[in-house]
Amino acid sequence: MAAAYDVARVREDFPILQRRLAGDLPLVYLDSANTSQKPRQVVDAIDAHYLAHNANVSRAMHQLGAEATEGFELGRTKVAEFIKAPRREEVVFTKNASEALNLVARVLGDAGRVREGDEIVISQMEHHSNIVPWQQLSQRTGATLRWFGITPEGRLDLENDPITERTKVVSITWVSNMLGTINPVQQVIARAREVGALVVIDASQAVPQIPVDVAELGADFVAFTSHKMVGPTGIGVLWGRYDLLAELPPFLGGGEMIATVTMEGSTYAEPPARFEAGTPPIAQSVGLGAAVDYLTELGMQNVAAHEQAITAYALERMLEIDGLRVVGPQEAVDRGGAISFTLEGIHPHDVAQLLDSRGIAVRAGHHCAKPAHLLFGVQSTTRASFYLYTTEAEIDALVDGIRHTQKYFGA
Amino acid sequence: MAADAQNMDALYQEIILDHYKRPHGAGLRDDGDAEVHHVNPTCGDEITLRVHLDGQTVRDVSYHAEGCSISQASASVLNDLVVGQPVDRSLQVLDEFQRLMQGKGQVEADEDVLEDGIAFAGVAQFPARVKCALLSWMAFKDAVAQATGKDQA
Repeated sequence: MAAAYDVARVREDFPILQRRLAGDLPLVYLDSANTSQKPRQVVDAIDAHYLAHNANVSRAMHQLGAEATEGFELGRTKVAEFIKAPRREEVVFTKNASEALNLVARVLGDAGRVREGDEIVISQMEHHSNIVPWQQLSQRTGATLRWFGITPEGRLDLENDPITERTKVVSITWVSNMLGTINPVQQVIARAREVGALVVIDASQAVPQIPVDVAELGADFVAFTSHKMVGPTGIGVLWGRYDLLAELPPFLGGGEMIATVTMEGSTYAEPPARFEAGTPPIAQSVGLGAAVDYLTELGMQNVAAHEQAITAYALERMLEIDGLRVVGPQEAVDRGGAISFTLEGIHPHDVAQLLDSRGIAVRAGHHCAKPAHLLFGVQSTTRASFYLYTTEAEIDALVDGIRHTQKYFGA
Repeated sequence: MAADAQNMDALYQEIILDHYKRPHGAGLRDDGDAEVHHVNPTCGDEITLRVHLDGQTVRDVSYHAEGCSISQASASVLNDLVVGQPVDRSLQVLDEFQRLMQGKGQVEADEDVLEDGIAFAGVAQFPARVKCALLSWMAFKDAVAQATGKDQA
C-alpha cells in the first residue's frame, strides 16, 4: 500500500478546487455524487487527443485515423483492466450509465429473455435510471416488476425477498446515490443465481469509490459512468459477460454495428461493436482512460479508505446539529460518501441556496430517487457528497454553513 | 452571478420570508371550479391548486403546496393579488409577475400591480429559482383556463 493518502497533494491536480467564489470564499465542492471534478491529467489527455490525433475511428485509412482508433481502443483496454474484466471486448461504451441500463433492458426484451408472466426485480432505492427502463420493459412485455424494500435504517430489506422462480432479471444498485448505502450485492447475486435470473448491477456510485472486480462479483452486467470517476461526460460503460453479449441482438442500428448491409437486410458485428452504433465517444474514451490511470495511480484502496474516513467524520459532525436528520444509515459502515439530510423547518432548496452563498456546492431535490424519498416521508433532501479530494476542513465549512442557514431562517 | 451574502438578502426579502412563515389562504377548500396539480420535475416541488369563481370574479384560490420558501411565498402572494379580482385582471397580474420573473433582473415591475410581489424581483437574478416562484402562478393560469372553458382539451 502507498504512503499516507495526501489530500492536499491530490487537490493540486484539480485546478477548479482553487476557485474562490461567493465574495472570495474558497469553493467547497460537495456534489461529487452528481458529477466529480476532473484532474488536469484527464483534461490534458482530451486536449492532446483533439489537438494532435483527432480523426474518426475504425473507418479512416490514414495515420490520424489509426492514432485516434488506438487512443479510443486503449481507453477500452484500460477500463477493462480497471474493473478486472476477463476480456476487453466485454466493455461496451454508451453515452452514460442510463443508456447502459436502457441497452440491457431493451435487448433482453428483444431477445425474448423477459416475457409475459416473467418477473423483474429491482429495489426501492434505485435511481430513476434503474427503475424507468424496467417499467418500460414490463409494459412492452407484460412482465411484472417487483422490488426489494428498504429498512428504516436505509438498508436493503433482504427479509422480504421479492425474488421467485419467475424472476428473470434482478437489477440493483451497488451504492445508493441518495442513502449512501453500500448494498450486499454478492448476497443478492447468489439469491438470483438460485432461480437462474440474470443480474444487472448499477455501479454508478460504486466504481468511482470502491475497488471493483467484475469477474469476482459474478453479475452478468455492470453499468457505470465516466463523469463520476474523474472522467469526462458523454461516455458510460456497460460491462457484460462475453457469451451473453454475443447472444444478444443489437440496441441501436447504424454505422459500426454491422457486419454487412444489403437493402434486404443486415448482419451484425461481434460485441462490443454490435452495441456501439455510430461515431463513438472518442475523445471521451481517451479521457476515461486517463481517469482510470489517475485512479489506479492513487490506488482504489486508498480512495475507498479516504471516502470511508471523510464520510465517518461528516456523519459525526452533522449529527451534532439539532434539527438535522440524516436520511440513510447513520453509521459509516457499508456506506458510501453521499449524505442526504433534512433540516427541520427549512426546505432543501433554501438550504442549498444559503450554502451556495458561502461557496458550498451541494445538491437539493429528489436526486432522481423519488420512491426512496417517499418511503422516508420526505419530498426532497439536501445531499452532500464527497470524493477523493474532500477535506475535513470542507466538512467543517459545511457544518458552519448549515448552522448559519438555521440562524438565517430562524429555525 | 455571484451568490454571496448580500444577494441572499435580495433573494430572501423579509416580505418573502413573512409570506413563507405565514402563508395567506393556504389549504384546499371545497367548491372549486377547477383543480390542477403542478410539479417542478427538477426538484419535486408540488402544488395542488383550486380556483373558485363567482361569475367573472376570482372568489378564492385555495391550495396545498409543498416546496421551498420561494414557491410557498409566491403562492401566498398569488392568493393576495388575485382573490376578489375580475378574472381578466388576475391574468394581467399574472402576466406582469411572469414578466418580472423572466426579466433576468433587468425588468422594472409595476408596484401598483404587483404589490408584495415586487419582492420577488431578486429571485429573477437566480435562474434556478425562477421556476419555484412561477410554480403556483402557472398552476393558477392552468386552473383558470380549465374553469373558464378555454381549455377543454
